Amino acid sequence: MSNTLAIAKRELRAYFLSPMAYVVAAVYLAVMGGFFGFMLYYSQEATLYYLFLNAIPLLFLVLVAQVLTMRLLADEQRQGTLELLLTSPIRDWEVVLGKYLASLVTLLLMVALTIYCPLTLLRIGNPDVGVMLASYLGYVLLGASMLAIGLFASSLTQNQIVAAVIGIGITLILWLSGAVTDLVGGTAGQVFGYLPIFDHFLDFVRGIIDTSDIIYYLSVIGLFLFFATRALESQRWK
Amino acid sequence: MIVVENLTKRYGEVLAIDQVSFNVEKGEILGFLGPNGAGKTTTMRILTGYMPATEGTATVAGYDVFEDSLEVRRRVGYLPETVPLYREMTVHDYLDFFATIRGVDARDKAIDRVLESCSIGDVRDRSIGKLSKGYRQRVGLAQALVHDPEVLVLDEPTIGLDPRQILGVRDLIRSLAGERTVILSTHILPEVSQLCQRVLIINHGRIVAEDSPERLTAGLQSGLVLRLQLAQAPEQAAVAMQQVAGVKSVDAVGNGQFEVTCEAGADARAALTTLAVQNDWGLQEMRSVSLTLEDIFLQLTTDEHQAEDGADGELLADEPSLDAEETQQ
Repeated sequence: MSNTLAIAKRELRAYFLSPMAYVVAAVYLAVMGGFFGFMLYYSQEATLYYLFLNAIPLLFLVLVAQVLTMRLLADEQRQGTLELLLTSPIRDWEVVLGKYLASLVTLLLMVALTIYCPLTLLRIGNPDVGVMLASYLGYVLLGASMLAIGLFASSLTQNQIVAAVIGIGITLILWLSGAVTDLVGGTAGQVFGYLPIFDHFLDFVRGIIDTSDIIYYLSVIGLFLFFATRALESQRWK
Repeated sequence: MIVVENLTKRYGEVLAIDQVSFNVEKGEILGFLGPNGAGKTTTMRILTGYMPATEGTATVAGYDVFEDSLEVRRRVGYLPETVPLYREMTVHDYLDFFATIRGVDARDKAIDRVLESCSIGDVRDRSIGKLSKGYRQRVGLAQALVHDPEVLVLDEPTIGLDPRQILGVRDLIRSLAGERTVILSTHILPEVSQLCQRVLIINHGRIVAEDSPERLTAGLQSGLVLRLQLAQAPEQAAVAMQQVAGVKSVDAVGNGQFEVTCEAGADARAALTTLAVQNDWGLQEMRSVSLTLEDIFLQLTTDEHQAEDGADGELLADEPSLDAEETQQ
């Protein structure tokens, strides 16, 4: 565990020593802030529903997750530092988990800075606090899943841009996989119906915390971190 | 300390190393010599637990590099060929990070120790990206030493350094021997004769020679080699010298210089002197040249495969400038 934390600490420092984290956070907050004002003005409703359930902020979350993670393993491979990590007495999954934690903490910090949105709603209206909390939980789980996908993509290549493109591709495929449901039908169709990464987010935004949705996101995270670990191991055989 | 048996590594169709076996005793400095692409780095990567071998076994300090990889990695310090550095980190943070993931207890003490032994104390708080090549190389070396490993694996530790820095790194490596076992690869030949007790020449993934530098140079010398400097050498001088009893071959080097190789056990010096004086060639100098490690290396890494492909010579062709620079020191 201490190895995982050491990796996470180093990675967090790398985020905040470069302009990267600040630029991403600034743009993220600007986009979210603009959208929040826009939605509030047009809907005249004290709810986060329109902020979270709009394609533009969601697509933006996809991009933010990929930008945060694309560097994590790709750059270690390009710089050759991966060779030092993999010849240090730590396990491959500790490297993956440490990197993941660093990206998660960064994302959480960014999301935490949008706290003024619900606070504003509380001040000017009478929003449902439970629904807002559920929305945030769902939003964080959604983002955390995308980070895991991004980290996996980053383990596949030395090139950060390629990693980002692969990550966006996987996320969008997971997003759109629900469209196949009706085409396939039957049990296979039900499986596809379970896959879309945003559908599970819907319940949270409506204020429903369903364990199956939580399990879905935790599975996505676990699965892609596992894939990333295997991809890292396969580096050794090349 | 290190036992390697029949180690083989295949990358798809390509055989990187083929049935490599060798031992390294505790406290020994072993030099790995070979042209680029000979399999030096592959062997080192297997020993450091970075990649598994296709066949064969290797143990470091009694632990199998595959079965007990973590135990091996705890005991090995590794400096890869391109020094892997986190450019945005300071030297201190970089060393602190590697000390942490290698389980060093008294980290501050360990860092101070390597900062001093690698003489990088003055750049302790500078970020690595801003350091010169020489400093970076030594930061890489400090990283390999920070957990006080029993075994050091250094892949071309002096590459790209200026002559003064090369001497510094060599002194450092020499000072580490005794308590630690060192394997270093290089294609700078004088480095091997200066540092290593034992040399392993590897070519096309196979070990072609293994001995001390002195014995390698002595053992492979087939016969006495003489160098003559003649003031007025006629065309037929080489042909005439060839007739002398005991002479195996004569090479005209140019500028009146000739290289004469004697038959094994024969000494044609007296006869050659007489010949030169009788013909009034103006003999200015005659000395015996012992084979250098360079000659041995070229001999071992070109002879064998020359018939199949002439590529080996080319591989070496980019190196002589480095070697020349080296010998001048």
